[in-house]
Amino acid sequence: MKTNDVILQTTTKVVFFIIFLFSIHIFFAGHYSPGGGFVGGLLTTGAIVLLLLAFDLKTVQKALPFNFTIMTGIGLLLALGTASGSIFFDVPFFTHAFSHFNLPLFGETSLHTAMIFDAGVYLVVVGAAITMIQTIGGDT
Amino acid sequence: MTSMINLLLFPIILPFFFAIVLLFFKENIRVQRSLTVIGLLAALTSSLFLISKVKADGVQAITLGSWPAPFGISMVSDMFSALLVTTTIIITLFVVVYSFSSIGKERERFFYYPAILFMITGVNGAFTTGDIFNMFVFFEVLLIASYLLIVLGGEKRQLRESIKYILVNVISSALFVITVAYLYSVIGTLNMADISVKIAEIGQPGIITVIAVLFLIVFGVKGSLFPLYFWLPGSYAAPPIPVLALFGALLTKVGVYAIIRTYTLFFVHDIGFTHELLLVLSILTIIAGCIGALAYFDLKQIIIYNIVIAIGVILFGVSQMNESGLSGAIFYLVHDMLIKGALFLLIGIIIYVTGTSNLRKMGGLMKTHAPLGWVYLIAAFGLAGIPPLSGFVGKMLIVKGAFEAGNVVGSIIILASSLVVLLSVMRIFIYAFWGKPVELPKTDRRPYRSMMIPSVVLVVLSVLYGVGTEWLIPYMSDATDVLLQPSIYIDAVLKE
Amino acid sequence: MELLMAIVIGILFMAAVYLILSRSLLKIILGTGLLSHGAHLLILTMGGLGGTSPPVLADGVTDYADPLPQALILTAIVISFGVTAFILVLAYRTYAEHKTDDMNLMRGDDEHD
Repeated sequence: MKTNDVILQTTTKVVFFIIFLFSIHIFFAGHYSPGGGFVGGLLTTGAIVLLLLAFDLKTVQKALPFNFTIMTGIGLLLALGTASGSIFFDVPFFTHAFSHFNLPLFGETSLHTAMIFDAGVYLVVVGAAITMIQTIGGDT
Repeated sequence: MTSMINLLLFPIILPFFFAIVLLFFKENIRVQRSLTVIGLLAALTSSLFLISKVKADGVQAITLGSWPAPFGISMVSDMFSALLVTTTIIITLFVVVYSFSSIGKERERFFYYPAILFMITGVNGAFTTGDIFNMFVFFEVLLIASYLLIVLGGEKRQLRESIKYILVNVISSALFVITVAYLYSVIGTLNMADISVKIAEIGQPGIITVIAVLFLIVFGVKGSLFPLYFWLPGSYAAPPIPVLALFGALLTKVGVYAIIRTYTLFFVHDIGFTHELLLVLSILTIIAGCIGALAYFDLKQIIIYNIVIAIGVILFGVSQMNESGLSGAIFYLVHDMLIKGALFLLIGIIIYVTGTSNLRKMGGLMKTHAPLGWVYLIAAFGLAGIPPLSGFVGKMLIVKGAFEAGNVVGSIIILASSLVVLLSVMRIFIYAFWGKPVELPKTDRRPYRSMMIPSVVLVVLSVLYGVGTEWLIPYMSDATDVLLQPSIYIDAVLKE
Repeated sequence: MELLMAIVIGILFMAAVYLILSRSLLKIILGTGLLSHGAHLLILTMGGLGGTSPPVLADGVTDYADPLPQALILTAIVISFGVTAFILVLAYRTYAEHKTDDMNLMRGDDEHD
């Protein structure tokens, strides 16, 4: 059956980027206001799922040529690595460090190691969720 | 790196790290195998260091993220948990080596080794954590990894049984969350040391006893306590032998550990009810296990029902709440992990050689596979607790504790169950190794030999564990002291 | 408010038990989902409903919600999300293999696979 999905496909091309940018915003908003890696990751997953709905698995695979299992692995390594960093300073595991920096463009910014951890969480959420969807969706 | 305050986390972090690294080598089996062994050896080294450190400096505790003690997640390693962590890693190491020649390339390529390492992360975490909600999280980690292991391969029967396994565990996990919620509403804390202090302050009113029983149900499902063991025989028989060995040796023991921890740390003010209940249930567990072990003609089922018996024996020891009973329970717990691992690996070889797990279709293996027969016999005697093998000391101490507490009937049932255990495993020996040889399917001799090595070493270890009891006693008495005196545990966590 | 929450949780548990006891695998999975939702709401209620105040403790703030139950629920939600996704995949595979989602037809013992 051939369905007419021009409208869906055209809007998706725009909406995908809006959702994706919003997820990045949510990701950086974490720590001091609601947001963070998990929510950001879920939003990105939502955007990719929208792509999958509008197009098909193969097209999306071509557009986003990542191995999502590897992405999960990198995310886990980032998260574990950040948490384990504290071992080398002989402070309890998961202790996080932060400081205020004066960056060009951003001005006074507080940078946290927790953000690297959150980046790991983000990658894990996206990688794992998309892997699951691909596994179910690929089997028809 | 001078004082190494994070040492107690290494047996958890190292398997986790190696599991992640393995995700990058999905297709390369050789790399996967060697990295798994390296990771487990590293974890084993760290856990041995941990034992010596706990022996020298007492209970190790750390609160993650540098939060002050009752607010952050505490990780606590006393001698009891350090011993269990070490035993876990040893068994996993042998099972992994055994898997090289028995699990098959198909499964190895599909995240078999990462799943094992993730499971060990969860098991060791559950043994080490000092926070009741964190224990739930580690339970989930090990359960999700075990879901993958039980379904891996996707045979028809495996799929059917794993659905049941997963549903039972999902429901008991929900019950775990519910119980923790009740506990939190009454006590207002999740740190296990702090819970113990707070319960002591209010003197265990009725609602805490209700929560104690709820915990017994939650952990009883995981640890296969009567009448909640119904799911175990079917589910455990579905996956291949190495997975079965891991499940049988480790997973139920996590439930048992959780019962022991909560019933010696939290609920010690109304033992007239809670521990009496535990006592009755453990005896019923033993009886149910004995019936099952004698009823089946299937190798796997016989040993699986022996798990149920052992759970009953250990918890019977715990319910005495005196020094002999508890130290017997610890002795028997470690023994049972080792010997169950060894027995499952050995019956795996028998099944490989004969091509069936039905006892009626076997016979005369002694003529062709004599070493297998003798090693099996030693393991069987060890399981039944014939001195000086490993099961003896634990069971003797448990019975001694029961007599001290005045539970004569219970002690007699324990002793009688030993005979049933001996009978059930000797039946395997008689049916499989004696009698007229049946025609064996043609099997390769090489995997047989490479499966024998880890099994034999594990049996030798269990024998050493029995013979070296004298040398182990200082460690065991350290472990028992913490269970008998919660204040040691509490002081270590809330030291600041 | 607590009473209302208690009733809601009770209804969730009731529906969950009803669904779990049914024969269809899909209904059972939905039941486990409801069960964990009920459990999460229970944590929230048991931790004490803080009204509208944020879970922030700072100098001068006297009215605050307990942040711990929220953290616990978040963890529990993530876990139940992962597990539910896993069971759904598994149920689908089982359905493809056994050609049925009726738990009664999925019985079996050692002799009969």
